Amino acid sequence: MTAGEAWRLPAREIARRVRAGSLAPEAAAEAGFAGPAARWERDVHALLAAEPAAWRAAARAARRDGPLSGVPVVVKDNLCTVDQPTTCGSRILEGWRSPYDATVVRRLREAGAVVVGKGNMDEFAMGSSTEFSAFGPTRNPHDLSRVPGGSSGGPAAAVAYGLVPVALGSDTGGSVRQPAAFCGVYGLKPTYGRLSRWGLVAFGSSLDQVGIFARHVGDLAEVFATLAGPDPYDASARPGRAPDVSGWHDGVRGLRFGWPENLWREGVEPALVAALARAAEALERAGAVRVPLEFLPGDVAVAAYYLLATAEASSNLARFDGVRYGLRKASGELSELYARTRGEGFGPEVRRRILLGTYALSAGYHDQYYERAQRARSRIVAEHRAAFGRCDLLLLPAVPTLPFRLGEKTDDPLAMYLSDVFTLGANLAGIPGLTVPMGLASGGLPVSVQLLGPADAEPRLLRAARALELDGDPAGRPADEEREPAWPGGVAR
Amino acid sequence: MAIDRAEAARIASLARLSIPEDELDRVAAQLSQVLGFVERLSALDLAGLEPTAFAPAGGPLRPDEPDPRTLPPGTATEGAPEAEDGYFLVPPVLEALEP
Repeated sequence: MTAGEAWRLPAREIARRVRAGSLAPEAAAEAGFAGPAARWERDVHALLAAEPAAWRAAARAARRDGPLSGVPVVVKDNLCTVDQPTTCGSRILEGWRSPYDATVVRRLREAGAVVVGKGNMDEFAMGSSTEFSAFGPTRNPHDLSRVPGGSSGGPAAAVAYGLVPVALGSDTGGSVRQPAAFCGVYGLKPTYGRLSRWGLVAFGSSLDQVGIFARHVGDLAEVFATLAGPDPYDASARPGRAPDVSGWHDGVRGLRFGWPENLWREGVEPALVAALARAAEALERAGAVRVPLEFLPGDVAVAAYYLLATAEASSNLARFDGVRYGLRKASGELSELYARTRGEGFGPEVRRRILLGTYALSAGYHDQYYERAQRARSRIVAEHRAAFGRCDLLLLPAVPTLPFRLGEKTDDPLAMYLSDVFTLGANLAGIPGLTVPMGLASGGLPVSVQLLGPADAEPRLLRAARALELDGDPAGRPADEEREPAWPGGVAR
Repeated sequence: MAIDRAEAARIASLARLSIPEDELDRVAAQLSQVLGFVERLSALDLAGLEPTAFAPAGGPLRPDEPDPRTLPPGTATEGAPEAEDGYFLVPPVLEALEP
């Protein structure tokens, strides 16, 4: 394989070659842009920024002896970077540059990784399709007429079409796991607080978590191990040592997986139900045990989530006021300056959510909405705790449908919100979740399943994902060899 | 809970968010739709449940020492639309005061 083919490699293999001196970080980054991106980026629009001067300088400066040396990475545009703009997909931050790196970005760089670009996203991470980016939507590389999911649609698509082997997103209600499902890649949302959020532009602070995209389970484990751990700059970071994920390939013998079939008895695409059945059988073949159980219907979680997330967003987004960052619509009067800047700077979905959250927190309605949603959330937390008393992890859909078409849900907020029905429970409960790609449906669109575990169960989720990764290898290759993922149709192989 | 045009305008003013007149009806209808959906929480039995909180126990604190990563004012105001001498500039909020 020539250096120009390096984009096909798993992140760990790129780092191994860089450490061995047989691959230069510049060449690894260049391979993605000269190969897949040259062919795909114009159609897919996964990136909001990828300044060559910035990533070339970062590649030259990358250490050659780190766990992620030379690994090109796309980070979602709500993670602050000093060398490329950070806009959160919003006009209100157009052209803004952060004076500091997010902790997770800093840790990537310290491990030798090269941040090559900023991933497109729904404005301020509010959306499930990346259509609410102020800078134009991302398209699904498996079918350009369809959405890549959201809100981290750009990073998910960049990993899917091959620009980079791994990417970072953020997951407040499914914004890593849902686009991973739509784009056919792995997407991990760790336990609440496990990855530092310092430098992640806040949306819903009791729900936000940085997450990881990859095409291989082993790469997920490597990036998680690099990023996880306390951060003195994030007071909400989970204290104590991060769980050890080095045993990600240790198998699932004896592991009990919950099977809450009531969740998909209706309203879930048959191809996704078939993927669940295949996953359950694969886990059983690998020695895991199925535990049937019942679970609270998802619409309760959707209702609680959209009150809490919007309430927190209305507070967090108060900082974008035309004074400290980016856009200002001038006025001689301060409150009018605020209102005009925000009215013109924010797009339709962000405005909707700020209004909903403002209402849910306003005098006279706080108890009826916000307080009630926080108590419903406690019920959801208790449901998960009870389930994990009976099993080690839960197997459930990541999404109810295959990727939908652009424009299908942009004018129907509720329909869009319901596409998160299976993912936002993990954010409400603060637990880790992982989307596992399960190949392509007959029409060529990705299908997937989701694994959920109790807090700090990342090692277990990765072991189960690995069992599915191996089982899905049509060539039945041995465990130490990596299968090449299902690239979107048309990528030269 | 149905939100009408006037209520939508009131919420927008609380949120310091200007909404064009011709969008108010649509905004009100969409808010009403979502609030109608969240009504299902009223049917849940929540007796004895406290609101969720995830704050880590003990409130982690770092030593009260100057931090080399603290941004100097000039850097912190670099991305502001209008700044001067390390300060953010805003229109006057007080009438001219006697010295």
